[in-house]
Amino acid sequence: MSMPFYVSPEQLMKDRADFARKGIARGRSVAVLQYADGIVFVSENPSQALHKVSEIYDRIAFAAVGRYNEFENLRIAGVRLADMRGYAYDRRDVTGRGLANAYAQTLGTIFSSGGEKPYEVEIFVAEVGDTVEDDQIYRLTYDGQVADEHGFAVMGGNTEAVTGHLRENYRPGSSLGEVLQLAVGALGQSDAGSRVIAAADLEVAVLDRTRSQQRKFKRLSAEHLASLLGERVGEEAGRHAAGDSTNPSNTDQSRNRDQEQPPVAPPVAPPVSPQPQQPPQPSDPVTPPEHPDVYPPVDPGDPLR
Amino acid sequence: MTDPRLPAAYLVPGSSSFSEFLSQQAPELLPSHRSLPPGSAADLAPHGTTIVAATFDGGVVMAGDRRATMGNVIAQRDIEKVFPADEYSCVGIAGTAGLAVEVVRLFQTELEHYEKIEGTTLSMDGKANRLAALIRSNLGLAMQGLAVVPLFAGYDLTTSQGRIFSYDVTGGRYEETAFHAVGSGALFARGSLKKLYRDDLDAQGCVTAAIQALYDAADDDSATGGPDLARRIFPVVGVITAEGYRRLPDDEVAAIADLVVGARMLRPDGPAASLT
Repeated sequence: MSMPFYVSPEQLMKDRADFARKGIARGRSVAVLQYADGIVFVSENPSQALHKVSEIYDRIAFAAVGRYNEFENLRIAGVRLADMRGYAYDRRDVTGRGLANAYAQTLGTIFSSGGEKPYEVEIFVAEVGDTVEDDQIYRLTYDGQVADEHGFAVMGGNTEAVTGHLRENYRPGSSLGEVLQLAVGALGQSDAGSRVIAAADLEVAVLDRTRSQQRKFKRLSAEHLASLLGERVGEEAGRHAAGDSTNPSNTDQSRNRDQEQPPVAPPVAPPVSPQPQQPPQPSDPVTPPEHPDVYPPVDPGDPLR
Repeated sequence: MTDPRLPAAYLVPGSSSFSEFLSQQAPELLPSHRSLPPGSAADLAPHGTTIVAATFDGGVVMAGDRRATMGNVIAQRDIEKVFPADEYSCVGIAGTAGLAVEVVRLFQTELEHYEKIEGTTLSMDGKANRLAALIRSNLGLAMQGLAVVPLFAGYDLTTSQGRIFSYDVTGGRYEETAFHAVGSGALFARGSLKKLYRDDLDAQGCVTAAIQALYDAADDDSATGGPDLARRIFPVVGVITAEGYRRLPDDEVAAIADLVVGARMLRPDGPAASLT
């Protein structure tokens, strides 16, 4: 007969958080950035069919990293919730805040229920407003915490290198082309160096407040994306050696830096959200660069990793 | 919505049809789930009247008059009865106005819901069949006098042509060639289009023919409203091409309507067709 072991609640929650974080950290990152005319989502996703970024409603979009089946489930629930509310009330009554709240309650309940395994997902819910000040970006974590983001935000694996690059170079009020080049350069950053992500491997969508249609969400076509990114040094190398670090003298990062001299650091700290919502990470298992092999390695062929 | 959590049913994978989801989660929101006391309800609510549609090379035009009637009373002078269903299709409605508007809203949500969940739009025939299903579920109400009869038109991206579908109250779906009309003035409008329509009409020509047809319908059917010159109220005209749905601005429609009305001042029966 087996004896039940006592596990302290702290340990239980920590184990569940570690489990969820590991799952999320295996994926590739998604970046969301505000630009002058809206909000852009950029992610590295070679799959043309399985999306990480999707439309929820007129002004609301959804981006996620982690387990595909879990965030797909949440996405469909969000579409149903939004369409139901828009149909029962009015299109204007569907808000990003309401949706973020519903997601937070759902994720939080699942995380602390104990009966189910926690979702291994992180979600962005973004709503584009009439002006930059009205834009809203919410980041939801696996345990149901909500953070209000401003300017830019990154989630997924390897967020520190990407966020660091964005923090240095992001300027509010940039054009779509500028933030897109910045984001693609940032997503290529890693502790091991930087690389250039091929345009074909990018999934990019915008919430464009200047669109005349009611529905502001739009995926950027391959041609549009290519024209916005312009000529990029080392793209072919990046394509063939995805994941490898390329020669740093030949990277997007160095090119960006060259173009942007003098380096324009905003006089004030860039609008990063205060981070009280970030859970205290006692022993952050996400990024221990010393032991990358502890976790199942990223499969480069897996479209969602 | 007392519980802020997503209800469990929302997280169950399954149908990408909004009306199916609605019938399980909130059946009271579906027009077809309402039961009426026995008897006719036909005189309770305003009725919308005539809708015409015609295809041209590269698209389709739909136009609707602006009148809603309740018995012998004109209930509304500027009602709109032509709506975009999605980017490449539109729907015009004749019949009980309140129910019709509700059905259109449900149909719009249905198409958008499918598009968002599946990541792709329904085919033209798929859209037409979904609309047929919505109309069919309304049969009970139709038998009590609350019929809704839509006309559906759109640009088929796979075959690159405009297409028109008509319906009956039982959900029968019929594809029409060239042009069609529904509503109380449809007989006169169709007769007019028969004489005016030609295969080589362009978008502008089709809009003119549609406005002529609505004029003829208003001429002979008291429930159809003609161009209201005093109040400057003109038909709602939608044009769908490969670029998507576009509602013609009021001043463009007004310019064409003024030409049509001007010509009728000289010849009240409209343009003459040749005898042979």
